[in-house]
Amino acid sequence: MSRNLILGGTLTLVFVLAALLSFVWTPDGVEAMNIAGRLKPPNADNLLGTDHFGRDILSMLMVGARTSIAVALVAVGIGMGIGVPLGLAAAARSGGMLDEVIMRMNDLIFAFPSLVIAILITAVFGPSATNAIIAIGIFNIPVFARITRGTALSLWKREFIMAARVAGKTRTRISVEHILPNVANLLIVQGTIQFSLGILAEAGLSYVGLGAQPPIPSWGRMLADAQTMVALAPHVALIPGLTIVAMVLGLNLLGDGLRDALDPRLKVART
Amino acid sequence: MSLLDIRDLTLSIHGKEILKGISLSLAEGEIVALTGESGSGKSMTAFATMGLVPKGTEMRGAIHFGKTNLLTLTEPQMCDLRGREIGMVFQEPMTALNPVQTIGAQVMETILVHDAMTPARAEERARDVLDRVGLPSDRFPLGRYPHELSGGQRQRVVIAMAIALRPRLLIADEPTTALDVTTQAQILDLLKDLVREQNMALMMITHDLAVVSDLADTLNVMRHGEILECGPTGQVLREMRHPYTRQLFEASRHEANLGAAKADDVLLSVQDVSRDYPLPRTSLFGSRPQFRAVKQVSFDIKRGERVGLVGESGCGKSTLTRAILGLEPVQEGHITLDGDPVWQDGHANLTVRRKMQVVFQDPYGSFNPRHRVARLITEPFHLLPDPPSGAKRDTAIADALAAVGLRPEDADKHIHAFSGGQRQRIAIARALIIRPELIVFDEAVSALDVRVRAQILDLMADLSRDYGLTYLFISHDLSVVRSITDRVLVMRAGEIVEDRPTSDIFDNPRHPYTRSLIDAAPQLPDFQETQDAALPAL
Amino acid sequence: MLRYTLKRLASLVVSLIVASVVIFTVVEIAPGDPASFMLGINAQPDTVAALRAELGLDQSKLDRYLDWVGGMLTGDFGTSYTYRAPVAQMIADRLWVSLPLALYALTLSTVIAFPAGIFAAARRGGVGDLSVTGATQLGVAIPNFWFAMMLVLIFAINLRWFSAGGFPGWDRGFWGGMKALTLPAIALALPQAAILTRVMRSSLLDILGEDFIRTARAKGLSARQALWRHGLRNALIPVLTIIGLQFAFLLAGAIIIEQVFFLPGLGRLIFQAITQRDLIVVESVVMLLVFAVIVVNFVVDLAYAAVDPRLRTRA
Repeated sequence: MSRNLILGGTLTLVFVLAALLSFVWTPDGVEAMNIAGRLKPPNADNLLGTDHFGRDILSMLMVGARTSIAVALVAVGIGMGIGVPLGLAAAARSGGMLDEVIMRMNDLIFAFPSLVIAILITAVFGPSATNAIIAIGIFNIPVFARITRGTALSLWKREFIMAARVAGKTRTRISVEHILPNVANLLIVQGTIQFSLGILAEAGLSYVGLGAQPPIPSWGRMLADAQTMVALAPHVALIPGLTIVAMVLGLNLLGDGLRDALDPRLKVART
Repeated sequence: MSLLDIRDLTLSIHGKEILKGISLSLAEGEIVALTGESGSGKSMTAFATMGLVPKGTEMRGAIHFGKTNLLTLTEPQMCDLRGREIGMVFQEPMTALNPVQTIGAQVMETILVHDAMTPARAEERARDVLDRVGLPSDRFPLGRYPHELSGGQRQRVVIAMAIALRPRLLIADEPTTALDVTTQAQILDLLKDLVREQNMALMMITHDLAVVSDLADTLNVMRHGEILECGPTGQVLREMRHPYTRQLFEASRHEANLGAAKADDVLLSVQDVSRDYPLPRTSLFGSRPQFRAVKQVSFDIKRGERVGLVGESGCGKSTLTRAILGLEPVQEGHITLDGDPVWQDGHANLTVRRKMQVVFQDPYGSFNPRHRVARLITEPFHLLPDPPSGAKRDTAIADALAAVGLRPEDADKHIHAFSGGQRQRIAIARALIIRPELIVFDEAVSALDVRVRAQILDLMADLSRDYGLTYLFISHDLSVVRSITDRVLVMRAGEIVEDRPTSDIFDNPRHPYTRSLIDAAPQLPDFQETQDAALPAL
Repeated sequence: MLRYTLKRLASLVVSLIVASVVIFTVVEIAPGDPASFMLGINAQPDTVAALRAELGLDQSKLDRYLDWVGGMLTGDFGTSYTYRAPVAQMIADRLWVSLPLALYALTLSTVIAFPAGIFAAARRGGVGDLSVTGATQLGVAIPNFWFAMMLVLIFAINLRWFSAGGFPGWDRGFWGGMKALTLPAIALALPQAAILTRVMRSSLLDILGEDFIRTARAKGLSARQALWRHGLRNALIPVLTIIGLQFAFLLAGAIIIEQVFFLPGLGRLIFQAITQRDLIVVESVVMLLVFAVIVVNFVVDLAYAAVDPRLRTRA
């Protein structure tokens, strides 16, 4: 196993476990305010210090991890669940009407960055974590559709696919039986990368108030709150920021490690 | 005095020995061939001479070029030598040129990078050499881009680049392997003329003994990083002192024992078939123009007959093949197998598919790498209404593997455990398993080394005799179909120009195109028969 | 070449039409009536009706869509519900902050990424390559708005080299404006530069494995010459795609970064409009952002053809 895989896997695992642990235990409550004990730097009672309401930052981060992971994971699920079948269908009838329509739709979605989608949704329905999921998820669709189609297209030219066609299998069946398993590695790696981008996007959206709403703790929200305190107590901005960096870095390393382990020639898309 | 003198060259990459102490020499004006099967180290010898070796390569011995040992030169010194004193031509003309630069700029670069001339003189020289290699500037201006040229034309550009500064040594690494046979003949003639004109030395690397026999003064036979035999070409091929040389020679001329064709009733019937392809739009509106790849083609194949379909790239044979296999519909005409259409109601007719299987060219690409052999070769069971299962399935797998000379245990292995030749056997097993009437071989031996190819051809002949199979054998290479077919169809520009028994085609070709194909194909001389007569009585 | 340009132009127009329909439809299904919202809950029904007529809300949906699109084509973006001011003027004022910021950041990210990517690719596997790839690994993981906060903490609060936020306006001098945009542009550019460096590096490495690089070496070009003369232009094709995509991200990112630096750009405008349910402003700003992205990608398509002769002839 490569160093990337071990380091990335460990980092990711730590965050996932911390998020799961927060369901049953956190060092301190995340709703109890303690104005007297506000903006305390890291100490024995509050390992990572307290925020402007005197809440324990470590506890907030653990609960916030839940939001981040849930949003990013569901968004990847939406992207894969819709994008992969579209990509497979487009490749199976490449050059046809369906292919053309799917690819043009993809181009169109690329013109709507997830923030813009979030702005539109919020303008209509008001802000929420669900908005963030939908906005990031929609933006993930063309990413998965594109890489699936690209890889599937080159597979369709391979002779083992011709052999399957001569064996009388339908295009749908070949897509599921032969194409999908051979795209799977790429999807796993790309999924990890989109997961990390989702974490970043969720932080950005909740930072500008388009994501999870208080009192649900989220990492982006914590940074927004910290902004005016950064001169007084740098740790309130530093610690959540470093947490995001560590989580995203962990996922990226995991993605690279998985790619090296599965197939180093995989072409993933990075934006 | 030799121009290039390689002495005891040993080359290893990351500790793995590729060349094991080879020695050879070339004089000016001499054509020296290195031949051998894949993995023999012949290309690596060329790249070692050019100093273009991968990272982690270690070399011992000496490569003397004139008076200097190339192995002692620094990289800038080698750069100075490459292109100016030593030129090189590669196998794959389609990818050997920079797609975003004009051919003129690429030929001029050889000159300019060595500061050999002013840009104006360099342009003139570029025009001259392109003209010399057969790309006159009135028809092929310097501003052309590679994608506007055919494979043979691109190879001419690569040659022009290599000879622009009149190097003393030219290295050609399989320069015609990717080309059609008529183009191959032209490129070989060009190389031969250039050597004579400029008194160059030519190191010719090829797997094809026939190409060499006609061209090279000296022949080196390589295997596993060693030179087994070296001498004047005629002598080496006449005497064949090393058994491996004899094996290569015999495999190149191998004739499979087909047995007599049974040929009774018609199995496959192709009637007035045309296939169109849409071309890219020429105007923003209006309908897309069509390209007719197959034009009103008709022929029959009788049960038990083995028929070859031969033509150069772009002649429409692949398009026709896909239509016969029922992968694509035809625009005009009918294709029937045993009286039933291969394409019906907008999709392939599965009853017909059952009677027809295919073996492809690429032994590496024709299997899903994720599946085991048992699953791979039973894929056609999908065509049966009631596929065998359990013990019957196992027996079928074992029988199919045994028929192609593999063991039943091989069923549990993954495809990467097998060599190219073994994979092609597995591909045949997959075609056999549902006992089809017709097997289509689509360039099925083109990617194989000559000895493996001979074995596979034997296997095909045996199976045809044992099972009474009908074959349609598609190839770009006339010489391959010669030993495995009863009848040959020659295809050109979407039409079948000649359709006659194999021996007639070869002995007495009627169509000028067929004759040009036969003439262009390099022939191995028949040394065996002349040998006894030529030997002086002792 | 002309046919290629026309074809891309046609697809640009289609994309714009579809995008405008999507945006219009989404805003249409928003619950609540803007006129009642603007006048408050105590407004008289006839006052509301009058305002509805004034805003054109009583027309059919198709008429309103055509009005909106037709207005935008003639530079009339309608009237803000809350400010009662022309939206076109509001956008134009803010655009002078957001667009320079995005372009500044795009320039910075390209200027950093090209040399870094080429440097790393030329020294594949060496110490230089490892440090560049290590830095990019970190760079892609940093949220730009947090990076912006750290820049403020270091360069504005501690070192006092820059002000922590705000924008003096271009009429007070070009350099003053540029200085105010420098920290925001760096915050936006560095994470994007990390991505672009990675793409540049891997694209170059792919090209360096191509046959024609070997041909160039056989002509006598050194490894470095082969990279510069033959590798770079071919490697540019995927890099251009990413630059096009990045522009979308930079515009969106600019909206977030403006919040950190209190810049009076489109971001501020749109967030105010959202809280005040000033949907005509939201609709127009979003359309403008999407328009910018589509146009930039059109330019990228033309740039492809300039780089790759195969596209020019293929139609």
